[in-house]
Amino acid sequence: MELNGKCPTGPIETRWERHRFNLKLVNPANKRKYTIIVVGTGLAGGAAAASLAELGYQVKCFCYQDSPRRAHSIAAQGGINAAKNYHNDGDSIYRLFYDTVKGGDFRARESNVYRLAQISVNIIDQCVAQGVPFAREYSGYLDNRSFGGAQVSRTFYARGQTGQQLLLGAYQALERQIGVGQVEMHDRCEMLDLIVIDGRARGIVTRDLRTGKIESHLGDAVALGTGGYGNVFYLSTNAKGCNTTAIWRAHKRGALFGNPCFTQIHPTCIPVSGEYQSKLTLMSESLRNDGRVWVPLKSGDKRDPSQIPEAERDYFLERKYPSFGNLVPRDVASRNAKSVCDEGRGVGETGLAVFLDFRDAIQRLGAGVIKERYGNLFDMYERITGEDPYKSPMRIYPAIHYTMGGLWVDYNLMSTIPGLYVIGEANFSDHGANRLGASALMQGLADGYFVLPNTIGDYLASTKFDKLDASHSAVKDAEANVAAITKRLLETKGTRSVDSFHRELGRIMWEYCGMARNAEGLKHALGKIPEMREQYWRDVRVLGAGDELNQSLEKAGRVADFFELAELMCLDALERNESCGGHFREEYQTPEGEAARDDERYSYVAAWEFKGVGNAPALHKEPLTFEYVHPAQRSYK
Amino acid sequence: MRLTLHIWRQRNAREQGKMVRYELPDVNEHMSFLEMLDVLNESLIAKGEEPVAFDHDCREGICGMCGCMVNGVAHGPLPGTTLCQLHMRHFKDGDELYLEPWRAKAFPVVKDLVVDRTAFDRIIAAGGFISVSTGSAPDGNAVLVAKEDAERSMDAAACIGCGACVAMCPNAAAALFTGAKIAHLGLLPQGQPERMQRAEAMVAQAAAEGFGYCTNLGECEAVCPKEIKLEVIARMNRDFLSASWRGR
Repeated sequence: MELNGKCPTGPIETRWERHRFNLKLVNPANKRKYTIIVVGTGLAGGAAAASLAELGYQVKCFCYQDSPRRAHSIAAQGGINAAKNYHNDGDSIYRLFYDTVKGGDFRARESNVYRLAQISVNIIDQCVAQGVPFAREYSGYLDNRSFGGAQVSRTFYARGQTGQQLLLGAYQALERQIGVGQVEMHDRCEMLDLIVIDGRARGIVTRDLRTGKIESHLGDAVALGTGGYGNVFYLSTNAKGCNTTAIWRAHKRGALFGNPCFTQIHPTCIPVSGEYQSKLTLMSESLRNDGRVWVPLKSGDKRDPSQIPEAERDYFLERKYPSFGNLVPRDVASRNAKSVCDEGRGVGETGLAVFLDFRDAIQRLGAGVIKERYGNLFDMYERITGEDPYKSPMRIYPAIHYTMGGLWVDYNLMSTIPGLYVIGEANFSDHGANRLGASALMQGLADGYFVLPNTIGDYLASTKFDKLDASHSAVKDAEANVAAITKRLLETKGTRSVDSFHRELGRIMWEYCGMARNAEGLKHALGKIPEMREQYWRDVRVLGAGDELNQSLEKAGRVADFFELAELMCLDALERNESCGGHFREEYQTPEGEAARDDERYSYVAAWEFKGVGNAPALHKEPLTFEYVHPAQRSYK
Repeated sequence: MRLTLHIWRQRNAREQGKMVRYELPDVNEHMSFLEMLDVLNESLIAKGEEPVAFDHDCREGICGMCGCMVNGVAHGPLPGTTLCQLHMRHFKDGDELYLEPWRAKAFPVVKDLVVDRTAFDRIIAAGGFISVSTGSAPDGNAVLVAKEDAERSMDAAACIGCGACVAMCPNAAAALFTGAKIAHLGLLPQGQPERMQRAEAMVAQAAAEGFGYCTNLGECEAVCPKEIKLEVIARMNRDFLSASWRGR
């Protein structure tokens, strides 16, 4: 299969503009004749559904939550980047583009990233107009802060709830369209299969989570904004319901999966406290601006931190990276925390944590200033752990946070199935091998508000659609597939709960395909996962019925897909014999222990084609070329 | 610690529900409330009994999906906290806890502790937005917003739409929820053109959904996990009143 990214060529500054001009348009009077299905109501899905409806398309929108306002975009704390250069501090579209390509460790497409940086400024305008209460200066102008190690202040924020406020903006725009009947909303409704007819995506099969009813919805195009798959690790900062099912089942219908092994670990999360742990909570990495990260110098030192004298502490980030210190990028901070814990110097009951200490900052600035800066984070930490971080250092540990991988899409955000678009975290596109802070919100909204509504028209205007009805054999086939999966899960009547399997899978993935990977471990996982998957289908216990609200059944289907995806992630990680961004292969590191990229052999997007469960998938490569930002070793020393 | 739970079990909207007693012999104090329910559910599954259905998602106190009554208090005893952020160290060994779903005519029970809150979405759809289609916005700094207004707007915008305010209100009024949106948008210059029709439409929709009327009891404010202030209701009433006068 030839992968055509359809990226425009020529001067990068005008690529998007020229591309848009060349796209075919749908006449305003004809837009209402098209039905577009949007799955997911986060920043990408919610923004897309609202914007498409505003243009005049008929939209059918779906989410598994009880309301489109709850998607996990809501949990993003820090902010959203935009190259406004309101501060006259040297920012520009080109710099945001440059930072994003470099931050992604040269594994993203230049054309896409440049477009993202261009659109970033329109997003802020749009959100302000919608009533997003961004932080302001006393003059009434928008406030900015620096974030994630960027050297300019380009992050817009609404307290520590930026994701919530941006999502509510998109949600309100969506509700407005629901109110006028332009969007038909289906909440508590989960997509379980994609309907492909004559090689084109023409609809989805859903299960109504209230009644269990399995239904088909037909349309002219389908857009998936269904988020990332971090929950394959069981413990992550994702919401409990986040899953891979929509994109995985589309993958099984023919959409290629791009860079599945590119996952991001966030360094400042509250550590695991026990076997019952159900999820991990992230604390904004702004804490690293004033907190100092350390562990005891000697392994097995279990003294109270206040009893450990200065000379017996190892401030390992400051020691190894004198110029960036505690502010090194996420992947570097995370890997170093893991390695000191592997040496037996981790702290807390489990030994899987490092200290984040504010003692010096409190002495220097006073507790009042620290409270002003981080009060809500300190409260959250105390609420969860029962410990007071003003008195003893916080304990932190890295956790899975975001997945850069996802379904492969071209410049128009269309997958390898014509008519199937993938937006936001669900696609693989803009972050390469590592995402920078405050860039997820930017990408979700760029895709949803500004890219998809432009590109989808080209497909609709240039395609002749046959009239379809629900009796088509492909529709019946997809419905039967969904019914069979549900039936099989309910009839297995095994001995173990869905969660017990999910936990076990998560442990394997964290151990062998987590922060650091090696060929031996990945091969071990590749042996283990198919065995576990078989056992799952033999021994899972799902109680209750299929024709009512059944949360175990919902989970069971999602975990079944995680088992299949997990294998692909390990395979992709094994195939990529280099380290880049969040993908750290222990065999490929510099003498100083940093990620060693291999641009000669691995400067490509790995796009995998599904060949049946248990069969080896086929690898297709989309080469990456860099005309503007020249690949170099990232250095934070 | 050892806990006794009494949980509302109801198969679906049509069938009668009842309280069922469960003993939990070994609860770790570091667990969150929802993790405690996870542990109960795992033990029920092991015994072949159907687990308790409860809504939850982010477990970080921001999505607004979780919540139930704990001994008659929405989201339990800790102020300013959603159920998912409530940890078991706030309870004592031997405690007896009664868990019930939100009770309101406009929030019918779906199953066990799960209720249908789509009435909230319909209130927003009636007018809880600023009508600006994608692409038509001026530069973000073209319209200035006084810092104080932005802060007060943000206070109201922090609402997570969990429904605790309705559940705790003896009138099952949605005034705090509706007022929070009216205040959030009404405090911003961008929200002015539609301010009157917004208040009218949202208040009318809340009534049509079967929510009661506010009699200033303040129970909603006491349990709101985001500590939204009663002031937003005053703002809603003022806008609503101005709108009705203007109409005449």
